[in-house]
Amino acid sequence: MIWSGILIYWANQVYGIRIFGYELFKFFPPWFYEYLGIPFRLAEGLQLHFFFMWFFAVNGVIYIIYTIISGEWRALVPIPASFKRAPLVALHDAHIVKKLPPQGKYNDAQRIAYTSIILMGAGSVVTGLAIYKPMQLSWLTSLLGGYEWARWEHFYLMIGYVLFFVVHIVQVALAGWANFRSMITGYDAVDAAVSVDKPPIAATEEAAA
Amino acid sequence: MSQDKEILLEKVREFEARTGHTVDSFPDDPNNTASVLKEHRYLSDPLSPEEAKKQMSTRSRRSFLVGGAAAVIGILGWRWMSDETKTGLYKRAFKFNESVSQIFYSPKRLAAEFPLDRVTKPERYNGGEGLEGEITAAEWRLHVGGLAGRTDDLVLTFDDIKRLPRTEMTTEFKCIEGWSTIVHWAGVRFSDFAASYAPKNRDGSIGDVVNRPDVLPRYVYMATPDEKYYVGWDIESILHPQTLLAYEMNGEPLRPEHGAPLRIASPTKYGIKQIKRIGRIDFTDERPRDFWSQPEYGYDWYSGH
Repeated sequence: MIWSGILIYWANQVYGIRIFGYELFKFFPPWFYEYLGIPFRLAEGLQLHFFFMWFFAVNGVIYIIYTIISGEWRALVPIPASFKRAPLVALHDAHIVKKLPPQGKYNDAQRIAYTSIILMGAGSVVTGLAIYKPMQLSWLTSLLGGYEWARWEHFYLMIGYVLFFVVHIVQVALAGWANFRSMITGYDAVDAAVSVDKPPIAATEEAAA
Repeated sequence: MSQDKEILLEKVREFEARTGHTVDSFPDDPNNTASVLKEHRYLSDPLSPEEAKKQMSTRSRRSFLVGGAAAVIGILGWRWMSDETKTGLYKRAFKFNESVSQIFYSPKRLAAEFPLDRVTKPERYNGGEGLEGEITAAEWRLHVGGLAGRTDDLVLTFDDIKRLPRTEMTTEFKCIEGWSTIVHWAGVRFSDFAASYAPKNRDGSIGDVVNRPDVLPRYVYMATPDEKYYVGWDIESILHPQTLLAYEMNGEPLRPEHGAPLRIASPTKYGIKQIKRIGRIDFTDERPRDFWSQPEYGYDWYSGH
């Protein structure tokens, strides 16, 4: 979806990062388009976008239904206190703080990230619909601030995915092989003594103290 | 059961008895989101280290093989498909999307209109296909085919068009390239035009766009006088109250590059469908050809909003 989106975006490149009217960065520099062979492929981009949009949306809906039915949402959503603990996770990951806040399958920073990405996906469907059918869904387009705004929102959600992707890949690489294997297989081997005994006792002791 | 496993299990049961927690859920810890949300831990019965290692390598091998095979099949499958197959697939997808759109389409839903001071200045120009040479409003003629009660074309002058009820609107003009401008248009609603010059229904009877739109021919074909640019419209979109046969743009008569003397202006479709300098209009039940949706260009025939 991102690839086809960029094929489309090439036809009218209007977004950039500006500070005090000075353009720091333009999406995207010419070498970027040349290197990836993007120019003059608008029609192809539209074809791909309006074909794969169904897979994107249906896949998202199935994923959400599955997490609800299976109860996996309990491992994925944050609670208000997660927003306090997430910065501590980030500090821990940056090797500034030694202690990692207690967690389940995912830590609080991961919970926020994994829930955000789903909300962003829903946001892409909604903003996409607003620019796909701006007349039949004009109420939606207006709600998002109009056609131009909806288009802008659709674009910056994509930039959000790219940032997520970069952080995700770096973290997976840093987390090592066992973690990657567990991502692929859905299973991880844990030391029974460690997994069963130590953390709960440490946690209860901490809570008592 | 191996002795190792027995010892481990015993350890687990002892832990459960001591703490009152079962091993597959988290202890009550307000500082752990997992505990607060009652996240479940799915643990197998304890395994001996050798058995664990064996199970994990079996699972890894299986998962990586399946995942790898799926990726390879996906990539090779995509490469193996010819361009024609892909083009056909996209075309079918466009058609499918069109039929979904048509299910939800309602002519009662209108595009947003804007105050006059929001009009984009200077206006934007794009697309000159079929606009070669010059043509004055006086010498311009509109050929209309598919009308009720005749087999030949009706030929109209610019004055004939100007006599029809005038409608003005300030709407967003959206280009398929991704830009949009706000334009003030004046002209004749296509539905008013079709009410005055009734099309021939599918059964041959006289068309009634107001009361019996269901039996009208399903499409409208329009082309420039030289037929170098042409578009096809579905009847629902062309009869939408915001689809105009426009002769004025931003308070002035249409300029040649914007399609003088008569063009389509409509927020119901992208600019590629809003043909300039219309030379002929045909009511037809056959899906008309369309310049930008030809295979060599590959845009969506419907391109509807």
